[in-house]
Amino acid sequence: MTLKPALHILTANDLLSGEVVYLTKSGAWSPRHASANIFVEGSLAAKRLAEIERSDISVVGPYLAVVKTSGTQPVAPEHFREVFRAAGPSNRFIGKQTHV
Amino acid sequence: MYNYTAFDKDFVTTRAEQFRDQVQRRIDGSLTEDEFRPQRLMNGLYLLLHAYMLRVAIPYGTLNSRQMRALADIADRWDKGYAHFSTRQNVQFHWPKLQDVPDILKALAAVDMHAIQTSGACIRSVTADHFAGATADELADPRPTAELVRQWSTDHPEFAFLPRKFKVAVTGSLHDRAVTKFHDIGLRLVQNANGAPGYEVSVGGGLGRTPMIGQVLRDFLYQADLLPYLEAILQVYNQIGRRDNKYKARIKITLHEHGLEDIRQRVEANFALQRGRFNGADQDILTRIEADFRPPAFKSASIHHFEAQRAQDPFFKAFTNTNLHPHKNPDYAIVTVSLKAHGATPGDAGSAQMRALADIAARWSHNELRVSHEQNIVLPHVHKADLPEVYESLRLAGLATANIGLISDLIACPGMDYCDLATARSTNVAQGIAQKFDALKREHIIGPLKLKISGCINACGHHHVGHIGILGLEKGGIESYQITLGGDGTENAAIGKRIGPGFSADEIVPAIERLIRAYLAHRQTADEAFLTTYRRLGPAPFKAAVYPEKEPKNEL
Ligand code: SF4
Repeated sequence: MTLKPALHILTANDLLSGEVVYLTKSGAWSPRHASANIFVEGSLAAKRLAEIERSDISVVGPYLAVVKTSGTQPVAPEHFREVFRAAGPSNRFIGKQTHV
Repeated sequence: MYNYTAFDKDFVTTRAEQFRDQVQRRIDGSLTEDEFRPQRLMNGLYLLLHAYMLRVAIPYGTLNSRQMRALADIADRWDKGYAHFSTRQNVQFHWPKLQDVPDILKALAAVDMHAIQTSGACIRSVTADHFAGATADELADPRPTAELVRQWSTDHPEFAFLPRKFKVAVTGSLHDRAVTKFHDIGLRLVQNANGAPGYEVSVGGGLGRTPMIGQVLRDFLYQADLLPYLEAILQVYNQIGRRDNKYKARIKITLHEHGLEDIRQRVEANFALQRGRFNGADQDILTRIEADFRPPAFKSASIHHFEAQRAQDPFFKAFTNTNLHPHKNPDYAIVTVSLKAHGATPGDAGSAQMRALADIAARWSHNELRVSHEQNIVLPHVHKADLPEVYESLRLAGLATANIGLISDLIACPGMDYCDLATARSTNVAQGIAQKFDALKREHIIGPLKLKISGCINACGHHHVGHIGILGLEKGGIESYQITLGGDGTENAAIGKRIGPGFSADEIVPAIERLIRAYLAHRQTADEAFLTTYRRLGPAPFKAAVYPEKEPKNEL
């Protein structure tokens, strides 16, 4: 897989709860977007994704999402879909926003 | 309503246990997601944006109080205390955990419910007029037919892997509340010149990416021929429906590509073969089903109290003006309970509200409830003498919003707040519009208006048939909302036409407000409904209002 030069994070849904999770530096999955490991190297990100697809049965549908940074701001999702995934539904205070 | 037989009970209970085993094997890693996915989808379990979603079938939208209570219990025990009633007359739980789903299915089976065929390329849960068996304008109750179709299509071995999903809707009224012209098959109960009962059969209707109005394949089909004829249509579709491109796989495209006459010939030829295979057992079953749908024992009582209460309580009067529909028994009324309190998410009901509805139905609506495709709950048989108490009970449960048929009684699919296919949110727009027009206190002045919002081209929010439709898309990395006008899901079926470029999430509510102001300015009388004004004038005055900057400059 060749990726456009960009910053990536690896995300998926937890197998049991379905919750959106992010791969952290330590290799564990976290519900927090802010804890996601940022891949600067596209090839590394693609390799890690392939590994997870092959062997990690704790998550469903892993993929790479693009993030952006600006100055000292925390890393933010590039696409608005990822903003909603990271925050929970906007119509009710009921999802991730209650515990993350 | 239909009573499950021992066979039915055993079927749904066994299915739940089979799924328990499948879930266990997924969790322990014996099944990959690719292997498990079709199995969970066959049990109505999706994985959406933030969580799993379990879609539970409510065939033709009919349920009893016990079932509604069970849904409330499921919401509390295994979900987040609420449920979403959908545009397919089904109910969705948006937060179940995978390991709990077998227990949820078991709890559903205990009250004769299931989630089978609420997903996948099969014949989906059958829908019908939500006022069936109660409405004054009905020729015949469509529910026995819908139940027969449900039984025939459940686990039908030949139609488990069709080219694409397949939806059947039935109506028994001239006024089509079941959107039959936009289903793969639409059945309308009719009589021939001799008064024999039968069906007008339409095929190839649908919304989504390529909206099409269904075409009449047979203008009269004898009642006894229904299943062989449906079997014939499905066989033809199964054989020649496209499987190479999922966007061209629905029967509407098959019909479009082959032409009505070609499909008719194929179906009739196949029907001649099928007919011999049905020996009348299906009609015996239909007779038994009909017995389950006998009207309840209606009571007699004075309606004086109802009239007196209307005269003295303006809120009750407003409620009865909007939320009642004529019942075939003039002393009774059909009550539509709005799940669209201003600012709420359309179709969502809390568990306490669901229990209140179950109690109200048990006490005052012969134990029956309906889910409408317009995401409301219907109490089909309420004696007018009981309406003041019903209203008071609804009010205490936060369910007495008097807005049925008005702009804030809008349909919205879950959109990007939940759905993984969405290109934009829809509930935010729904909330914004409802709150705006509530604040303006104008919706009763505006009058009947159907506004429908979808969060992507799949059109679960039926935007194509909204008098005003809103389609949420993505444009240039932001949400963009397109407006369509003039859609109609009734017997006067029409597909709404796009009026111009889309609006951002911040701009869409003001754009709708401008549109409505234009309608109020142009309508001939206070009784001329939005759709009538639109049909009379066409889109021009509405376009001019929605895109004011595009108006030619005044040269004077
Ligand atoms: S219309 Fe699109 S966004 Fe809305 S529920 Fe259907 S698939 Fe999801």
